[in-house]
Amino acid sequence: MAHHRPPAPSPASTAHAGEAPAVHMRATLANVPDPEIPAVSVIDLGIVREIHADRVVITPTYTGCPATITIEQSIRTALDANGFADVAIETTLSPPWSTDWISDEGREKLRAYGIAPPPRGAAAASLKNQTAADCPRCGSSNTEELSRFGSTPCKALWRCKACAEPFDRFKCH
Amino acid sequence: MDAIATYALRLGDDSLILGQRLSEWCGHAPVIEVDLSLTNVALDQIGQATHFLNLAGELEGKGRDGDALAFRRDVMDFTNCLLVEQPNGDFAQTMARQLLFSHYQELLFAALTGSKNATIAAIAAKAAKEVAYHATLASDWVTRLGDGTDESKARMVAGIDWMWRFADELFAMDDVDAAAIAAGVGVDKAALRAAWDSRIDAVLADATLSRPAPRRATTGGRIGRHSEHLGHLLSDLQFLQRAYPGARW
Repeated sequence: MAHHRPPAPSPASTAHAGEAPAVHMRATLANVPDPEIPAVSVIDLGIVREIHADRVVITPTYTGCPATITIEQSIRTALDANGFADVAIETTLSPPWSTDWISDEGREKLRAYGIAPPPRGAAAASLKNQTAADCPRCGSSNTEELSRFGSTPCKALWRCKACAEPFDRFKCH
Repeated sequence: MDAIATYALRLGDDSLILGQRLSEWCGHAPVIEVDLSLTNVALDQIGQATHFLNLAGELEGKGRDGDALAFRRDVMDFTNCLLVEQPNGDFAQTMARQLLFSHYQELLFAALTGSKNATIAAIAAKAAKEVAYHATLASDWVTRLGDGTDESKARMVAGIDWMWRFADELFAMDDVDAAAIAAGVGVDKAALRAAWDSRIDAVLADATLSRPAPRRATTGGRIGRHSEHLGHLLSDLQFLQRAYPGARW
């Protein structure tokens, strides 16, 4: 695909003279929202794996997540706009993304947004989501799973039996 | 294509064709939760297919990417197993197919995480987590339908019965497998059979169903001998690129 990028304003190394570019890049990426859950950033979700002066390494959440391309484009746009047009974006599959990489801050943002964050120590051990989710609205743990597959690949559909509200739960992965 | 590229192609074709089949349920499932489940599983499979087919194209080295392999091959060039191209039938038949395939795929991907091809190992490690959800979904539904009403049980029995003849092909090995194993890239699929049998038997027992009687295996998908169903599936999958070659979004 031919993207018309704006001309690079200045090399990253001089755009923020005196400060490590990686710090600025991290701050820039911390403002790039996930396209499907805009309450959290790509940093919160653990999608950004490495930040170097010349490249950023990202990893997809699910192999078929349709947001993957959008995420890369959003990161490209943000980097370009902040003087990092020469920074490359690389994608890696290994090690596979895990919900354990979602930061504490990200978990709190998810909860505030109405999505129960995934329990820690994900993967196989708690794959079946046997631990009850806490309702993001009223905090009750009197909840039940309605469907393990929800509105996006990363979410399951739950219902709170205390306040009767349905809610999304970020799946363990 | 050499054996290693073909090995990646087969993995990709299985995922692609199953993903396409499952996506036919979109908007037609019995309830919305099931609709979401089936389309989520389809999406995971198509994601896996994209990675495997891109790899097959790279290994082939003739400039074909995953899209070229998905959209611009004819039916005889597809190497998927016959199981995944079987029609959806009713919901029970779809779940029977999913049960047999997802447990196979989960075991296969777990083994492939040790592949010497770093890309195959990475895709397998990532996808294994997704496929574990698929296997659980299928096991739950087969149990619920099998141990349900007379009607649901009869349909589940018929679904398993239809799909059973295609199970042996999952574990069949040929020269491509031998070469991939020799290179440390592939795994001995026949060695997965015992674990698969015990998983399937456990689900069938929960579902109060019996294992169908052994029968002659129907095979040929790996070398391009497909049922008539695949051509119809491809006519849908490939319509746009056949009507407008090279079209891009």
